[in-house]
Amino acid sequence: MATPGPHDRTTSNSPTRRSVLRAAAIGAGAVTLPSVLAACASGSGAGGAGGKTVTFGSNWSDPVPKKGIATAIAGFQSSSGYTVKTNTVDHNSFQENINRYLQGNPDDVFGWFAGYRMQYFAQKGLLGDISDVWSGFTGMSDAIKAQSTGLDGKQYFVPLYYYPWAVFYRKSVFAQHGYQLPTTWDQYIALAKQMQKDGLVPISFSDKDGWPAMGTFDYINMRLNGYDFHKSLMGGHEDWSGPKVKKVFDTWRELLPFYQQGALGLTWQESAQALQQKKTGMMTLGMFLGQQFGTDVSDLDFFAYPAIDPANGQDAVEAPIDGFLLSHKAKNVTAAKKLLAFLGTAKAENDYLSIDPTELGVNSSVVTTGYSPLQQSGAKLVSTAKSISQFMDRDCRPDFVSTVMIQALQTFLNNPNDVDGLCNSIQRQKTAIYATEG
Amino acid sequence: MRPKADLEPAVTAGAPAAAAPAAAPDQGRRRPRAARRRIRRLTTRDRLVITVLLGLPLLFTFVLVWATTLASIGLSFTNWDGIGSAKFIGIDNYKELFTNYPPFATAIWHNLLWLGFLALIATPLGLLFAVLLDRKIRFGRFYQSALYLPVVLSLAVIGFISQLIFARDDGILNTVLGTTGQGQHPVDWIGDPHINIWVVLVMAGWRHAGYVMVLYLAGLKGVDPSLKEAAAIDGANARQTFFRVVFPVMRPVNIIVGVITVIEALRAFDIVYAINGGTNGLELLSVLITDNIIGEASRIGFGSAIAVVLLLISVGCIVAYCMTELREEKS
Repeated sequence: MATPGPHDRTTSNSPTRRSVLRAAAIGAGAVTLPSVLAACASGSGAGGAGGKTVTFGSNWSDPVPKKGIATAIAGFQSSSGYTVKTNTVDHNSFQENINRYLQGNPDDVFGWFAGYRMQYFAQKGLLGDISDVWSGFTGMSDAIKAQSTGLDGKQYFVPLYYYPWAVFYRKSVFAQHGYQLPTTWDQYIALAKQMQKDGLVPISFSDKDGWPAMGTFDYINMRLNGYDFHKSLMGGHEDWSGPKVKKVFDTWRELLPFYQQGALGLTWQESAQALQQKKTGMMTLGMFLGQQFGTDVSDLDFFAYPAIDPANGQDAVEAPIDGFLLSHKAKNVTAAKKLLAFLGTAKAENDYLSIDPTELGVNSSVVTTGYSPLQQSGAKLVSTAKSISQFMDRDCRPDFVSTVMIQALQTFLNNPNDVDGLCNSIQRQKTAIYATEG
Repeated sequence: MRPKADLEPAVTAGAPAAAAPAAAPDQGRRRPRAARRRIRRLTTRDRLVITVLLGLPLLFTFVLVWATTLASIGLSFTNWDGIGSAKFIGIDNYKELFTNYPPFATAIWHNLLWLGFLALIATPLGLLFAVLLDRKIRFGRFYQSALYLPVVLSLAVIGFISQLIFARDDGILNTVLGTTGQGQHPVDWIGDPHINIWVVLVMAGWRHAGYVMVLYLAGLKGVDPSLKEAAAIDGANARQTFFRVVFPVMRPVNIIVGVITVIEALRAFDIVYAINGGTNGLELLSVLITDNIIGEASRIGFGSAIAVVLLLISVGCIVAYCMTELREEKS
């Protein structure tokens, strides 16, 4: 590591800076134009560029991830001789326009998420089959491969990194009060009670954005009912008004007295800062929580979500995966597949992680010696997991999640006592939405 | 009516444009012949100019307003996810909307509340500001600028400002109230679904009052001072002068203000979207449309049905309002 590391960095540095600038310039243009226009513009650019160019639509618009992606892309350009035209679009805008983007003039390769959120577009015929690229991959686990596979059994997705969800805490706070890490629900509740006695708000919690609460729902559901039920529920095959789902809400209600007050008016950043300022004791979120910790990140650690039903233990981990897809309208398929093949290698992941250390590489041959202690325990958590779930909004139909579940979870947090009414309402809306398939 | 009114000034350069829609009947009978003779005198170039000047706006109106409206109405009877072709499903979307979509009733109520708040509180407040400023009080210019300032800000910016003021733990309001300390229970202005709509209404009203104030200031400047003098000579007090003379004379401004109030209430969107994405007590029809159509949800047919409901409400409000106003004008 010692000698090749710095050397690698110096050689890859200058193209990085240039490509970052270029990506920034394209990104700035894309933000000012409606993204549909931007997509058209980049598409027509690709048409005239010939066989050595591949276009890439990136939704990694935050500074750190953007630089990481640019570094990985630069590695591909220098090793393959191809030119990659990166078109960076604001993360949320990209997501909101994905339908029109894919049907309009998409880039050859673009950034997206694993799970149902990818399978949906594969089913609609908007993605290119990359099973042949996958057959050349090494170091990808079966669980990762399953998350990259469409409902038709073909592979469509090249994963880059993931970030596990767990219960985060500050080591110094736990050491100061002599807290033990809980592994079961009863210990978890007992710990929360103790924290309350010690003058801490036990659990940082926020749901103004609508999605952070989904992580807690997913975990309680998987601990109570198991991973298979989670998959089946998200797939629309289970009854939301049945006793299993009601049990999830009933169990969740036990936690509410320990939550930060005013959670529905807080963003995840605000409640993460409360954890960082030692006002609160624990928080269930993804590893990206570290972004709010600054230099205190070395004091941040986590434990796996506590077990509720011993039959399921702590065997499932929620670890959303981000990566790349090939669009069905790719103009330069050969080059695009070469790019995707490169992005699935440990080298590409190392390039990315050298810039953004809050994620974990998916490839088993990723060099983990540079990992922070947090990353190392994250990698251990996921590698020992029996099953990996994505996240409610990635495992489930987007129309159902964004128009029903966000509201439903907020309703529950406001009025936790009418679980029956809530579950019936979810089930009725679910039936209506799922009836309108295709 | 419109094209003719536009046409005339182009032809008769000097004649005062008698463009009033309610032209006297005898005048109307004499006009056509004269107009016909004049039109024949138009050169090809004139006609081209007229065609372009009239045709382009008409085309844009048709394509951008009517065609899209009709498309929305058509889509509201289909089930479409934005990919592939739409499937006709009759009135299922509407049934679903009214029976099985909890945020819908909340959103309608919020939009009506918004309308009521603007119409009964913010608009009269704007009128009051205008009347006070029209009296040339000291520092009038300063007050005028201060009250007009929020109009320059977009509602999204106002959304951010309101978070600074109303945030639960470190907002200005709770700090001033002194409720943020240990063991206290500060009011959760933004997170509590029973309170946050009022916070947003106050902020939206703050902006709306400034807007209305400027319109009425212009209206008041246009009122003939001799009317006020006449009223004073007849022994009317200030209140009577205002409500019986000045206010009715400002009818054109009143109509504009009324329509603007309705439009502002129904198109409200950015302030709640900036605060919490329009969920948890801040549901509005415009937000539900966006949630369903834009974004990954892509329930385009369903979202269009909500849009049609919003269209009916706005058309209903505006037609009813304009009809009463115009009828009163005639009588």
